[in-house]
Amino acid sequence: MSAQIFSRNANANLRVSVIAITLLLFGIIAALIGLYLSPWYTDAGVAKAQPVPFSHKHHVADLKIDCRYCHNTVERAATAGFPATETCMSCHSQVWTTSPLLKPVRDSYANNTPLVWNRIYDLPAFVYFNHSIHVAKGVGCTTCHGQIQTMALTSKAQPLYMGWCLGCHRDPAQNIRPRDQVFNVDYDVQSLPLAERQQLVADYKIPTDGRLTNCYTCHR
Amino acid sequence: MANAAPNRTIARLVRLSWLPLLLILSACHIDMYDQPKYKPNQPSDFFQDGRAMRAPAPNTVAMNSFRPDSPLYTGKLNGELTTDLPPEIKLDANLLARGRTVFNAYCAPCHGLAGDGKGVIANRGPLVVPSYHTDRLRKMAVGYFFDVATNGINRMYGYGGRITAEDRWAVVAYVRALQLSQNADAKALPADDQAKVDAGK
Repeated sequence: MSAQIFSRNANANLRVSVIAITLLLFGIIAALIGLYLSPWYTDAGVAKAQPVPFSHKHHVADLKIDCRYCHNTVERAATAGFPATETCMSCHSQVWTTSPLLKPVRDSYANNTPLVWNRIYDLPAFVYFNHSIHVAKGVGCTTCHGQIQTMALTSKAQPLYMGWCLGCHRDPAQNIRPRDQVFNVDYDVQSLPLAERQQLVADYKIPTDGRLTNCYTCHR
Repeated sequence: MANAAPNRTIARLVRLSWLPLLLILSACHIDMYDQPKYKPNQPSDFFQDGRAMRAPAPNTVAMNSFRPDSPLYTGKLNGELTTDLPPEIKLDANLLARGRTVFNAYCAPCHGLAGDGKGVIANRGPLVVPSYHTDRLRKMAVGYFFDVATNGINRMYGYGGRITAEDRWAVVAYVRALQLSQNADAKALPADDQAKVDAGK
């Protein structure tokens, strides 16, 4: 007589295994999605170590220095412009001149060697983002860069996923503000009713015919 | 049966035929995130100083960015500080509005929002910033303000590298407006403003 190939519990084992593996698969996929949306991967909210502990909170909230004082080319170029050591020294040649925290800045200026910063907002190289058009069309600095005036150390405010960019590109009225408020860090976009924001979209000639969501617009 | 063995081999191969699908996993790649091209401010191991952005070669300027005999770029006409706005700059409300924006962003930290030298930075350092509201500066040629804004003076750094020439002229025009604001004849005011002055407001 031939032996039984399958044990007594084989049926139960199979059914439990199928359910367990399916649940495990869903669990793994959910975990991966959660992982890649989390700050562990995106660095959103994570302040990176820098050679000098530059505080936007002090310079923007306390001293009320305009963004453009350091980020010179934001109104006319794709890059907002990272300040040269000379920009720091234009004030710090006169204030805090012996502070040890600023020694790297003074050395950089004296020796003409660049300060090496850790980049916070780094888009992939196939994304061609242009600051000047956003600033010109009424997208405020704090809309994308968060409440920078509360950050003692700078961190990414948004994960910069394409879906997040598309959210605004599909409906700019959600994030638009009057052009003269673009550099106002305390401005609340919601303070203007939606109808007026939609009017701003029309006034500033922001295209609503689909050009904003065309691949070529950003992936030239 | 004669065909039993080849059938078993084929059967085994069919069972493992899903393995090549794993090659799809190689499609996940992020090598295009950092391409062999330079973005602004990136480091470079090609150049000795480590910078990818290069300073202009000595004694050169970018095309259409400078002419040595033009008051638009130098503030000087025939070697003398110019007393009028250059012909390329149109004096209108837009110019003054732009001048106010640029002044408040770049100049007000030291010079103060009213141009009286009482900016936040001036308060924090052993720094005495002159006020614009002196006879000497009220009588000074506009080209002087442009020259100082471009090249700096004493402990002030020059801002020629940070502000475009047109914006610097807007600032100059706004400084003149500031000077007028602190030194205006009350009789020259419009009627309702004059009433406020008379009422002591």
